[in-house]
Amino acid sequence: MSGSRMIGVDVGGTFTDVFMLDEATGDARVTKVATTRPDQSGGFLAGIDELAGDAADLSVVVHGTTTGTNALLERKGARIGVITTQGLRDVLEMRRRDRPRTWGLRGDFVPVVPRELRLEVPERTLADGTVRQAVDLAAVRAAGRELLDAGCAAVAVLFANAYANPENETRAVEVLRAIWPNPHVSASSEILPEIREFERFSTTTLNAYLQPEVSGYIQRLEDGLTRDGFGGEFMIVQSNGGVMDVDMASRLPIRTTLSGPAAGVIAAGYIAQSAGFDDVITGDVGGTSFDVALISGGQSMLAAQTSLDFGMVVRSPMIEIATIGAGGGSIAWVDKGGLLNIGPESAGSNPGPVAYGRGNDRPTVTDANVVLGRIDARSPIGALERLDVDAAARAIEAHVGTPLGLGMLEAAEAILRVANARMAGAIRLVSIERGFNPRRFTFMPFGGGGALHAGAMLADVGLGRALVPRYPGVTSAMGCVIADMRQDFVQTVNALVDAVDEAALGALMQRHHDDGMAVLDASGTRFDRRVARFELDMAYIGQTHTVAVPLPVTVEDGIVTPPTRAGIAEAFDAAYRGTYGRLLDKGVRRVMNLRSAVIGERPKFDLKSLAPATAGSAEDARQATRQVYFDGQWHDTAIYARLDLPVGAVIDGPAILEQPDTTILIEPELKGTVDAFGNVIIEART
Amino acid sequence: MTEIDPITLAVLTGRMEQIADEMDATLFRSAFNPIIAEAHDASHGLYHAETGDTLVQGKSGLPIFVGVMAFAVKAVIEKAAERGELNDGDVWIFNDAHIGGTHLSDMRLVRPYFRDGKLFCYLASVGHWHDVGGNVPGNYNPAATEAFQEAFVLPPVRLVRAGEVQPDIIDIIMRNTRLPQSATGDLNGQMNALDLGVRRLDSVLDEYGAETVAAALDAMGRRAETLMRAELSALPDGRWEAGDFLDNDGITDTPLPIRVALEIKGDRMVLDFEGTAPVTQGPVNIALPTAVATAYVAIKHIFPSLPANAGVMRPIEVRIPEGSLLAAEFPKPTGGYTETILRMIDVIFAAAAQAAPERVVANAYGTINALSIAGRRSDGSPWVMFSFYGGGHGGSSDSDGLNHGNAPISTATIPPLEILEAAYPVMFRQWALRPDSAGAGRHRGGLGAIYEIEVLEENGAEAFLFGERGRFAPKGVAGGGDAALNVFSFEQADGWHHPPLASKMRGIRLDGGHSVRLETPGGGGYGPASERPPEAVARDVAAGYLSAEAATASYGAGWKEVAR
Repeated sequence: MSGSRMIGVDVGGTFTDVFMLDEATGDARVTKVATTRPDQSGGFLAGIDELAGDAADLSVVVHGTTTGTNALLERKGARIGVITTQGLRDVLEMRRRDRPRTWGLRGDFVPVVPRELRLEVPERTLADGTVRQAVDLAAVRAAGRELLDAGCAAVAVLFANAYANPENETRAVEVLRAIWPNPHVSASSEILPEIREFERFSTTTLNAYLQPEVSGYIQRLEDGLTRDGFGGEFMIVQSNGGVMDVDMASRLPIRTTLSGPAAGVIAAGYIAQSAGFDDVITGDVGGTSFDVALISGGQSMLAAQTSLDFGMVVRSPMIEIATIGAGGGSIAWVDKGGLLNIGPESAGSNPGPVAYGRGNDRPTVTDANVVLGRIDARSPIGALERLDVDAAARAIEAHVGTPLGLGMLEAAEAILRVANARMAGAIRLVSIERGFNPRRFTFMPFGGGGALHAGAMLADVGLGRALVPRYPGVTSAMGCVIADMRQDFVQTVNALVDAVDEAALGALMQRHHDDGMAVLDASGTRFDRRVARFELDMAYIGQTHTVAVPLPVTVEDGIVTPPTRAGIAEAFDAAYRGTYGRLLDKGVRRVMNLRSAVIGERPKFDLKSLAPATAGSAEDARQATRQVYFDGQWHDTAIYARLDLPVGAVIDGPAILEQPDTTILIEPELKGTVDAFGNVIIEART
Repeated sequence: MTEIDPITLAVLTGRMEQIADEMDATLFRSAFNPIIAEAHDASHGLYHAETGDTLVQGKSGLPIFVGVMAFAVKAVIEKAAERGELNDGDVWIFNDAHIGGTHLSDMRLVRPYFRDGKLFCYLASVGHWHDVGGNVPGNYNPAATEAFQEAFVLPPVRLVRAGEVQPDIIDIIMRNTRLPQSATGDLNGQMNALDLGVRRLDSVLDEYGAETVAAALDAMGRRAETLMRAELSALPDGRWEAGDFLDNDGITDTPLPIRVALEIKGDRMVLDFEGTAPVTQGPVNIALPTAVATAYVAIKHIFPSLPANAGVMRPIEVRIPEGSLLAAEFPKPTGGYTETILRMIDVIFAAAAQAAPERVVANAYGTINALSIAGRRSDGSPWVMFSFYGGGHGGSSDSDGLNHGNAPISTATIPPLEILEAAYPVMFRQWALRPDSAGAGRHRGGLGAIYEIEVLEENGAEAFLFGERGRFAPKGVAGGGDAALNVFSFEQADGWHHPPLASKMRGIRLDGGHSVRLETPGGGGYGPASERPPEAVARDVAAGYLSAEAATASYGAGWKEVAR
């Protein structure tokens, strides 16, 4: 490690955000540069160069990337092949017999591997792990050659029941690795040794599909950094909110699918916890969507799998983020039945809202914010010179006001009310519907648009308060610097509790523990603490939905003490009661999977280093007064330069706080307080 | 009634839909049986206090229930009126399919919701229980001639009286199922879902006031009606007919015609099923509520953006001939209702496609293929593997049909083969797309599937199949071709056989090491095959979706010139 400066880089669709922290001095700086396309490494390196100058002086660079997600969504991964069990080559294409939408019966599905590149070989393992038919290695070799001849850049081996016994898969990849010209050969049992063939095959295949693209991208970044003299640790944020080193990211690119958003949630949790709030709901208002995540007691919720698009299932622990199609660019329209709708159609960031003057003439949520005076038309965020308020007003009048018999301003308020109601619905989904009391929670908007809607979320959902971090536009980049190193492991066990082989389970836990710790050891990073967590997926026999059962396991001197059968049963009862209220009389308990997480907690920096001055008065930060429309009338509204507000400043609504990357709206009944970290806390005035 | 402003309406519409969705999610999470937990064979909603009409229904439940639940609520309204008693805190329960629609496996719970001592609306929950008695475990009895052989029949009775749960009723129910533990879990889940609905409705009414919410619910219905009328007005006036057949009723091997005449006049539509076969001895009958609800499902597929409430059906008249198998009276068997309503949807699509081809997709595979394989393990313990199998969807004006989709009346997913192999002594020799199963067309149908299942248990097993489309293939629309037939085969010492009734059979003996094989239909094609680009045909041949012979037979030899 050569210096004390750490860099976090988050590459978004429009901007590449860079956050730099000097651990020694506590000095933190941020910058935004334009994202370069199609190769994002240009913007990445330019941003670091702008902020850090000499890369030789950097200790750590951590990256939140959307390269993998974009390649999946745009179907721009590599040409790859699949070798699978005889009779099962269509599993990937048949999915779980679902359909894209409930109503309409339209649409088809094109898998990322065409059928002619999915080859079958004789082999079969049964559910109990018995090898019924040993894999035909000559057939595997022939299939490998056929795929190479067809121009495949990666190959995935997908055998039935490989979670129960990987032997056939292991022998097959051995043969393939001998003939394959690059490292992109993987077996489903290596990527996800978990029961359910479609989910395992899909995850393994999508991983192979990304390997050439993502590993090439990472290599370009590494080369660029090395050229600039960088000699520190380079890491990538995973969807689970932890970081991994670049070798692992190249081998398991599927773990980066939610890299950027996960980093944002990690940062949000840390910022809120530092400010004294352990329960947080984050809200990221983007151009086309609103993304919500919940953090309870400082822990973000993890989802076991996600579907990136119809039929594109990724099973890998990831920060749970709920998304609805209502963002700043979402279009407001009135349907034939006279109902005002927001989205899902969006003008995105290009052409963007009507006020951008780039050819869209249908009103968006941002247009409503513009005509009501909430966004300053003269100095908008981004590259635009000014916004066309009149065009936005005309669009709102024509598409919403006239059909509903409302004036233009009423129509604009209506657009915001319906948009806010949809966002509130997304927050209810992750909070009230999961049994969390919203009053306990702090809403944390990040990204550019969220802070305009914070007050509405408090009113509509009954959240306790909102917290706008000091630099909401670079939250994800900051999260890169904060995130811990984390490895997740899974192995299907599939045994009744009374029949669990305690020694075998213990050995499995020990292996996960050791593998995870080895990864921590291999990294050049300092850790404050190392933690191993173990969890079983369990259910009563006959149930298909499992409950996550945390195991109270002690690890002493690196030796894992496995739980007893009685201990497992007890832990299940506690977890089940917590989830469903009551236990099932005479129910037979079953262990489905072991899930282990090994976490290296990285040193945290003191967010106070970001705080503004404590001296000075709020009046000095006051810029002007502007007319802003609330509740049916114009109000004289004070405009402040947010970054100039001192610690302890209290601003009564109505007020607007402006800064380069966001606009904060404090509604008439609310007040905003600048806390010791420079966050603005918005809550009711009384 | 209070007038409601359009903005509050937009906000409340979202809130009410979220309540119904959350009730669905509550049951899916806590249900014991996989038919609810995985296949989502359940539904929840809010219903009108006087008419029982659907006000709001959850988006994730089974599509067929969207229309049918109103009948369940109506049945309770009538029964309560008869008894002269309706209390806050009552919950009614029943499965009687002749008054509540669908089949006896579906247990319905209906709860009046009171506000300030006044009935405001009803909440209801329906879910498919794993077993409710009858002759065949799981209740798919292709040879039933009376409801009594399909399941025990529970008329609407009070499970809870003014907040007091009635243990006597629970005892009766649980003594009549082979799987009381599963049934208890599902019953608790449904009661939890209703409790949750009450709590959520309370908080919306606290926030907005009962009058405003009532006005919003009323406006939502009127809005749905307006939308439907606007859609119908955009279609040409006229009368179009379509007909198709069921293979047989599971008892007698006679084809059963299903016919519809679709008439559009201005902003109204009539669906007249005159000419449909009379009531049958075997269980392919359906009750009137099911028939009306099915028309709704078809309409919703043709106009997918319409909201899920009763307003949609106000401009539509559904005429079901008396004495037909679409209006069976108690105790005629209805266990195979899924097959009949799939055929109703097929004929509605075929008729509507003549009026507005771009709005309609070709027929999907048209059968759920309920297959159960049952036996005893060497230790004597019984096992039953029961599942539905998928097939292709129809081509549309937008694209080819989906390969291996779920039935239009359902959103159920199929369990992974690894889960089935881990739970039962079977092995899937094949789980694959079925070449040459799709209807040809400008946009071809999606492919059906091949599932070949070997019995590993040396004691062998017995198989039961309830399917359709063994004799009459799914049809194309707008000039598209028909898909392949459903083919079921079973292996015995002397070779492979097919059931005499093509698609239905009970008690098929299978020895250990022998297999059954399902080859399911694809979807029908959309538009003339001659309009399919030869490149697309060549691609299908290269992928093996089409054999070279079938390609040439359906599309001509032009594809060979562009093949690589």
